Amino acid sequence: MTNLTERLERLRSHRAAPWLGVALIVVTLFILPFALASVGTAWVRITNLAILFALLSLGLNIVVGFAGLLDLGYIAFYAVGAYCYALLASPHFGLHLPLWVILPIGAAVACVFGVLLGAPTLKLRGDYLAIVTLGFGEIVRIFLNNLSQPINITNGPQGVTLIDPFRIGKVDFSRTDSLLGLAFSGPIKYYYFLLAVLVLAIIVNLRLQNSRVGRAWVAIREDEVAAQAMGINTRNVKLLAFAMGAGFGGLAGGIFAATQGFISPESFVFVESIMVLSMVVLGGMGNIWGVVLGAILLSFVPEILRYTVEPAQKAVFGRLLIEPEVIRMLLFGLALVLMMLYRPAGLWPSKRRKREFAETDPS
Amino acid sequence: MKALGVTNEFKWVAAGLAAVAAFGLAGCGKKEEQSGTAGKASSIQRVVKIGHAAPLTGGIAHLGKDNENGVRLAIEEANAKGLTIGGEKVAFEMISEDDEGKENKGPIIAQKFADAKVAGVVGHLNSGVTIPASAVYNQAGIPMISGSATNPKLTEQGFKVAFRTVGRDDQQGPAIASYLVSEHKPKSVAVIDDATAYGEGLANEVEKTLKTSGVNVLPREKGTQETRDWKAILTKLKGKGPDAIFYGGMDSGGGPLLKQGRELGLKAVFSFGDGACTEKMKELAGAASEGMVCSQAGIPVQAASKAFLDAFKKKFNSDPLIYAPFTYDATNLLIAAMQATNSVDPAKYLPELAKIKYDGASGHIEFDEKGDRKDAEMTIFTMKNGTITPVAVIKGGKSVKFEDFVKGGAAK
Amino acid sequence: MDIFLQQLVNGLTLGSVYAIVALGYTMVYGIVQLINFAHGEVVMVGAMVSLSVIAALAGTVLPPLAIVFAGVLCAVPVCMAVGFTMERIAYRPLRGAPRLAPLITAIGISIILQQVAMIIWSRNPLGFPQIIDNPVFELAGAHISAVQIAIILGSFLMMAGLTLLVFRTRLGVAMRATSENPQVAGLMGINVNRVISATFVIGAGLGAVAGVMVGTYYGIAHYTMGAQLGLKAFSAAVLGGIGNLAGAMLGGVLLGVVEALGAGYIGEIMDLCHLSGISDALAARCAQDNHFVLFGSNYQDVFAFMVLIAVLVFRPSGLLGERVSDRA
Repeated sequence: MTNLTERLERLRSHRAAPWLGVALIVVTLFILPFALASVGTAWVRITNLAILFALLSLGLNIVVGFAGLLDLGYIAFYAVGAYCYALLASPHFGLHLPLWVILPIGAAVACVFGVLLGAPTLKLRGDYLAIVTLGFGEIVRIFLNNLSQPINITNGPQGVTLIDPFRIGKVDFSRTDSLLGLAFSGPIKYYYFLLAVLVLAIIVNLRLQNSRVGRAWVAIREDEVAAQAMGINTRNVKLLAFAMGAGFGGLAGGIFAATQGFISPESFVFVESIMVLSMVVLGGMGNIWGVVLGAILLSFVPEILRYTVEPAQKAVFGRLLIEPEVIRMLLFGLALVLMMLYRPAGLWPSKRRKREFAETDPS
Repeated sequence: MKALGVTNEFKWVAAGLAAVAAFGLAGCGKKEEQSGTAGKASSIQRVVKIGHAAPLTGGIAHLGKDNENGVRLAIEEANAKGLTIGGEKVAFEMISEDDEGKENKGPIIAQKFADAKVAGVVGHLNSGVTIPASAVYNQAGIPMISGSATNPKLTEQGFKVAFRTVGRDDQQGPAIASYLVSEHKPKSVAVIDDATAYGEGLANEVEKTLKTSGVNVLPREKGTQETRDWKAILTKLKGKGPDAIFYGGMDSGGGPLLKQGRELGLKAVFSFGDGACTEKMKELAGAASEGMVCSQAGIPVQAASKAFLDAFKKKFNSDPLIYAPFTYDATNLLIAAMQATNSVDPAKYLPELAKIKYDGASGHIEFDEKGDRKDAEMTIFTMKNGTITPVAVIKGGKSVKFEDFVKGGAAK
Repeated sequence: MDIFLQQLVNGLTLGSVYAIVALGYTMVYGIVQLINFAHGEVVMVGAMVSLSVIAALAGTVLPPLAIVFAGVLCAVPVCMAVGFTMERIAYRPLRGAPRLAPLITAIGISIILQQVAMIIWSRNPLGFPQIIDNPVFELAGAHISAVQIAIILGSFLMMAGLTLLVFRTRLGVAMRATSENPQVAGLMGINVNRVISATFVIGAGLGAVAGVMVGTYYGIAHYTMGAQLGLKAFSAAVLGGIGNLAGAMLGGVLLGVVEALGAGYIGEIMDLCHLSGISDALAARCAQDNHFVLFGSNYQDVFAFMVLIAVLVFRPSGLLGERVSDRA
């Protein structure tokens, strides 16, 4: 083990290390779907869902991590984006717009919703804001669920079926094509698309973090009054956080609708908001890499548990005592509690947050 | 590069990732070897996998488990018989997956089944999960039979592989509605649903039939899956004096609805779809459940297959809740089609499945060109002395008294 | 008129339950400024424990009322133990940590409680044994059952008892002092930890009784029942002014009544067919269908949340809470 650490350390301190690292990551990410598909295409789909959640977490991180505004209804923006895509590219209204048109529309509409939520809640902080956002999330879902009567807009709980898959030029994302002797199945194509979007989102986030706006968000998070005194227009900056966060959600929602082919309000319940929040918190609020890590962990660990819990119990007790599904949820709950108790700044905390958590002295 | 915030941590991750990737690839290679040897060893007895998916956690996990038990029973019975297909002794194996009732898990579970090369799938439970999953089954060419997804859209997508043993909402809704009209002759009916795909879908069909029969239908009232307090809605309805009330939803909402309705002194006939056509209604609503009317898709289990009921009770020490007979039949249909074509290859037995004729626990089963159950019989029940008792069977729009139906010998 | 009165009775019953559950939220918030998201699950545990006890005793010679009472007597200590453990393990170590931390542990705890309850009491919704016969009285045209009367009376008794406890006993003084300023209270010789524990325990005890109430009232118990009830009760607490006892009671009753009246009347008011004179298209639609309801009872929960949001935006301290501008 020490040998490995030593070697890693030597690797790390080498001058070419960053570039070697980047090259390695790029190569890994490129061959990843094929490696996964050799185990099972389901794992590619799980990865795709994980990337979607990473996008959502990045969006929520802007609101919660950067600006310090606790949002418990974030899934509403995901829903808005998904419904924009579904209604504009399905037989429901007979519209089949290209994805280059709908995805920006979805993100833009979600932005508008973000401002709609942000505007009346500018003065609220902390827990109160959390509750208002929670209510907002529920309101959006209830409307989606009920806007089938008296005029049918969303088709209510029946959901929207036969949503168009992505089509870029002649490439149809619902079919398998072969290129250079490799079979590019639908999930693999979505993987590359999602990966590209994720990389873009990470770059945007990194740039944002170190920008004027990014520093203004941190200032507001730390002390709103002081920030105002320093000449930051807290209203605009906060609204911008809501809008940007929502935009990411809307974008992710649009892609979700396309990969899924069918959506209904059931996909956008409160628990999903909690799930995304947990990813942000577990990974490390405010740290972009941490948030992505959180999303990937929380998407994969439950799936891995599915395969390990049953054989493990059979080996230890000789029979199945508690079903894997129950264990999965129990561990999820336990993880949330234990994380908060022993590593509250997240698995991969941002430097600033880490300091914050270290400063507070539990009385 | 610094502008992107490349830090020391980043370098660590790069190094770490490379290590993980190396291990991961090595691991994959190993796994494949293992599965290769496993294939050779089992050539004496061929293992045929059948997938089952339903929510096994969450609010309706009990129904998911019920579905799973139906499949398990069918598979164990088939294995006990020691079937031979294509000259090989086969052992069926159920792979049961938890789709959590979540739509985004539907395609993932479906893909897992496709990866595991299952011969067929029984599931899923919710229409909302089954519909996105069916697209994956369609691509993979795996036949799927749902025992509980009643939303018409499932089989309207034009997928050759999608079937269901349960009646569609637009078959069941008209049945209960026309029974209400012919037996109770209501002037006005209130329709309530639980704002789920199932509840609303069924309620819509009931409303349609009632309206075409010239019955006045009050504006729709809605709760949610979790609604337990119906008093406000019921009080409002009381003011309008409907002669009958239909509720589209599950027994966990329907029981309290019925109980509270009687407490408020409503005299209307309460009617329900299959989701609330269970013995549980007696437990939940107490004496108020007496006289309620409800419908189930297919022939009542009491009439069609006592053998199934006894076996189920013996194996699981409880009665089936709602859909277990349908998943049981679905499993047997897959097996029967495989036997008939002497093949476990979906491409070979799928055409046979589409034209199969089979007498199962839920009655006679044939599929129409869409994959829906042909001429699905609907049975109307009423709560009599604390048990759900069949009173009429509706087939092709015609209502036959249950006693006559049994005498007619159609339930063999 | 009897319809309106009936809706009031319905709302009052529902509201009394909300109020009792809301007290649990508000007491904890008042003293440690923490939203105990797992409180709904405590109510569920209360319902489940009493269900088991009642079902076990149902066949015996004991009179039905005594059996229900035994159910309450068993549920209360169990829930108190749950409340105590919860505070000790998941919240105390996080006192003083940033707001998000205890919120997340609360979510974790509620997941754990739900799963454990599912293992113990099965996934199925369980019928609550209905052993007491429940005569229905008619009061000026409104129906009210014995259980409803018991719920309303019981709630008011408990609220009165709690008020006495907080304002008339040494523990109450200690609680109020701690909520005002824990450091100073500590300096004054108050064992702050013990006071906070006591607050959790009392809140959980109230929750247990509420669990028995909803169980007997609706005749059903399910391991997921806590979440929805908890959310509503929490809204009630905020509506009244979180941290304020009287506010929680008022908020609970008010939310119950608003919900009942909303579900009862909103559809009527929003039926555009009253206005069919305005446009021909509307008239045609109404001739076809009789109703054109824009918002019906299906938006019941939306209205509850809208009231909540409106209160928070325009009067963040709730109806009765003192004006605290910054609680971040």
